[in-house]
Amino acid sequence: MEKAKRVLSGDHFIQGDIACSEGAIAAGCNFFAGYPITPASEIAERMALRQPGLGGVFIQMEDEIASITAILGAAWAGAKSMTATSGPGISLMLENIGLGMITETPCVIVNVQRGSPSTGLPTLWGQSDMMQARWGSHGDYSVIALCPNSPQEMFNLTIEAFNLSEKYRMPVFILTDAIVGHMTEKVTIPKEEDIRVYPRRYTKLPPAEYLPYKPEADLVPQMIKAGDGYHIHTTGLTHDERGYPVMTADCHHDLIWRLINKVKNNQDDIIRLEERYMDDPEIVVVSYGISSRVVIPAVMRAREEGINVGSMRLITAWPFPEERIAELSERVKGFVVPEINCGQMVREVQRSCKCIKPVTLLSHPGGDIHSPDDVYQAIAAIAKS
Amino acid sequence: MRKELRISGFGGQGVILSGLIVGQAVSIHDGNNASFTQSYGPEARGGACASQVVISDKIVDYPLVNQSDILVSLSQTAYAKFFSLVREGGDILIDSDLVKPLEVPKGAKIHSIPATRFAEELGNTIVGNIVMLGFLTRVTQLASKEAMIKAIRESVPERFMDLNMAAFERGYEYQG
Repeated sequence: MEKAKRVLSGDHFIQGDIACSEGAIAAGCNFFAGYPITPASEIAERMALRQPGLGGVFIQMEDEIASITAILGAAWAGAKSMTATSGPGISLMLENIGLGMITETPCVIVNVQRGSPSTGLPTLWGQSDMMQARWGSHGDYSVIALCPNSPQEMFNLTIEAFNLSEKYRMPVFILTDAIVGHMTEKVTIPKEEDIRVYPRRYTKLPPAEYLPYKPEADLVPQMIKAGDGYHIHTTGLTHDERGYPVMTADCHHDLIWRLINKVKNNQDDIIRLEERYMDDPEIVVVSYGISSRVVIPAVMRAREEGINVGSMRLITAWPFPEERIAELSERVKGFVVPEINCGQMVREVQRSCKCIKPVTLLSHPGGDIHSPDDVYQAIAAIAKS
Repeated sequence: MRKELRISGFGGQGVILSGLIVGQAVSIHDGNNASFTQSYGPEARGGACASQVVISDKIVDYPLVNQSDILVSLSQTAYAKFFSLVREGGDILIDSDLVKPLEVPKGAKIHSIPATRFAEELGNTIVGNIVMLGFLTRVTQLASKEAMIKAIRESVPERFMDLNMAAFERGYEYQG
């Protein structure tokens, strides 16, 4: 059988969910396990269609708990793995997301957010899982989460998510929403040779010298592939550099701070922002995902009326750009934060600016998005104050 | 230039495919930008369903359609649901055998075509939506004729190509 084409270079008019699957495939994803759920089912559907022809694996698991576990196992066997779901599925996955964090397993978890909690609004959108992604599993760890706002970014940022997961050896989230997932727009897929793929950090040390959790200078340990002759142990228990359980406060201290600091110390490499009209702005609108597409018409209208307002889009919601917000808060009059939840990322803005400037939350519990006029009114209110 | 199109009808009339074809023609072949969304819920199965396309020569920021500049309506139920959301001075395209515009929004212009009947005459009512796309292309010029033909060729099965091309031409040439 002729092998299918892996990277579908060219212009396509495709749905965000499909673009996400194609981005994963372009990044080298060869193992997908998932359980269908609106509005993420099309990601699985596309993987079911594409993976067999590429020699990869698609498995529909019995539920989301099995799906996350399967992708962690696949990563340890050398695969580049992904799962995709919506809020209810992430709730089921949370325990083993923590396992992925402590075992430092590279993989990608896609959450196409819908109105929540519980089964909520299956076909309609929300952004109310932002804090769940950050704090959902028990314990302390760091998170990387990317927020695409278009089908093109579903493609681009899924590749980025894989690259970051390999570079920092951890599960990485795509946090999008039902509008972006189900929206169809032009997606340009580059030539295969123009796509940058970060390779897995396999060790070059012989088995006798290799320690699976001994970090490099950037705090990230190197990996091995099961079956290559290395005898390794990996566990959800607190472990030392050999990977064996060591139940002491000292060992826990070293491990947990390394999990946190491998993201914190490298945040300049990880954080991605899109700043527009940010030439010494008086007011800054902080947004992400689909909400960011409502902000631009509002910002342009306000600027036409002489209000000096800029837009900061969080391409990475996590880690949060607290230093940039702190620096801006010294100079601006206030911030506006529109989000499709009852106030989640706004807390990060408030915390980062140490409450020295007013932060206006524009909340919407889900099922619709703000109108540009809503955002404009909030900008105008701060400008007048 | 931002134009907003809503195509509405019963599930099964090709409402979703029609929107995708317009979006594909505009964004892939005419070099403009298009954002396509569809109503996705219980109403997609038998009730009034709709697809929306935002078309612009600039990047489309706000991607949803509330009020539209153009409404295509292939069923009475869909017309009743969406006619009041047409902007003043907008265009409404209806299948004249299936829709009676009992109320017309202020300043809107009605363009009628018996699209399903024409499709039946061509051999299959399934291409009624493509007759309507031909008519839409000439009346609104949202996309070029060439781009629409390319997009239809990329979207329909090979064995129905001639039928679809004939349906598009029939709609495009219809003078009302």
